[in-house]
Amino acid sequence: MEPHRYKVVSGPEGFLPPAAASMGVALPEQGEGLIEGARVPAASALEEAATRLVNAKHPTFFPGPLILWNWKDGIAEKAQALKDLADTLGAKIIPMPDYRPKYPMINPEIEVNPNHPNLTIWHNKIDVCVFIGVHCHYANMALKIIRGGTDCCTIALCAEAGHEDAVISLRDFALADLHALTAAVNRLKARG
Amino acid sequence: MSTRIVSISPAFEDLMPNEYKELVENGPYGKDYKVTDLGKYKELIEEHPLCAGCGLALSLRLVLGSLPSPEDTVIVGSTGCSALVFPQVGLHNVHSLFGNQNAVASGIKRALSLRFPDQVKDVVVVAGDGATADIGLDMVMQSWFRREKIATIMLDNEAYANTGGQESGMSMEGTVMNMAPKGKVFPKADLPKVAEASGCAYVAAASPSRPGKLGKVVRRAILIAREVGPTYVQLLSPCPTNFKTKPSDTVVTIKTREKEKSFKQYEYISDDARSFLSALDEGKQSEGKKSEGKQP
Repeated sequence: MEPHRYKVVSGPEGFLPPAAASMGVALPEQGEGLIEGARVPAASALEEAATRLVNAKHPTFFPGPLILWNWKDGIAEKAQALKDLADTLGAKIIPMPDYRPKYPMINPEIEVNPNHPNLTIWHNKIDVCVFIGVHCHYANMALKIIRGGTDCCTIALCAEAGHEDAVISLRDFALADLHALTAAVNRLKARG
Repeated sequence: MSTRIVSISPAFEDLMPNEYKELVENGPYGKDYKVTDLGKYKELIEEHPLCAGCGLALSLRLVLGSLPSPEDTVIVGSTGCSALVFPQVGLHNVHSLFGNQNAVASGIKRALSLRFPDQVKDVVVVAGDGATADIGLDMVMQSWFRREKIATIMLDNEAYANTGGQESGMSMEGTVMNMAPKGKVFPKADLPKVAEASGCAYVAAASPSRPGKLGKVVRRAILIAREVGPTYVQLLSPCPTNFKTKPSDTVVTIKTREKEKSFKQYEYISDDARSFLSALDEGKQSEGKKSEGKQP
């Protein structure tokens, strides 16, 4: 009998969902991605991300500080490619400029904060969200909160090692991968 | 200079919330603002959850307004009232375990020196009196003994204020608080003298009742820490909540203490630090003369 495998799927999973890593989900190796906690070839994860984005009613990108701020060479190009991808999809972009808690309260219309991403998701009725350029520790926390309290599908386009807590995760995500994702979205849209 | 980290990716310029655009366009990064410029630009801290009239909040605002290069500054904090403010500050800041702040700051300073050997990075410890004079005194003094090039700023509210009011080593003798009902039985620790004896190149005691002086000593402490050695600044920042004073009387409280001579402004400058400051002044003067010469 195949052992039970924990699946990282859209929530709401309830208050304090477990960290996927503690449920046996491992980070993808180089050239791999994750779909619902299972390691798959990166191309498959990219195709699945494109499919979910194209089929979403309110796809939304949550760019983090690592792409919002033009802090090193190559970032401006990546930012532009992300903007182009969002335009292709007709998706919203709601920025996460830093991780400061917002008082008296966050304006979910215009920003997202890892401490309460669910507010932004509920307010904008987001069904698929994409994390990109968010520092890993904050992304992990926010992805768990989203899985715990909302029915939003999460996609993490990570420039480092990927995220177990996202429904779909890619690692080592670079400019060329953003172009590849945009191409996949265009292809799927053309297919109808 | 690394103001690049506070420039927005062009593709997202129209999407950034106004608060951030304002910080980039009208913030203190890359500018040489002083305390006297407060109110003219978008400050690094505008909202905080501290009590009304908190002397510490006032000191912190003035400290942040005195940083010579905010974009190249890392603040290291510790447990206490000030820890509630730092998450709101538009500046790199690290919260350390209670009392560990000077050890953490030493590590950060050394790592930054290795990572950015050609750049100036200021590491500034900002912590309360409990973290500095009591729980963290070991780490604080060891960093001074090692001559770590960090500035240590104590926000001295003379109590453990956010845990209901316990006496600290910095409380005045006889202080009665909610959780010190018998009154403190020994005098306030003379930490400026300890700092001086421990090798600090610059030591000062100031308060927000004189904002200009506070700004000057903070800047001196940071600049001297860059080049000469460890520095220490102690800022009297009364707590209206625990000492049951009117929030609007915080500055009056300090001035009363000055009159009573239970608080006095103080400055110690080592010979090396004095030479450094003189060289700095001379440099500024010659720069000023050069730019005057350029004027039509």
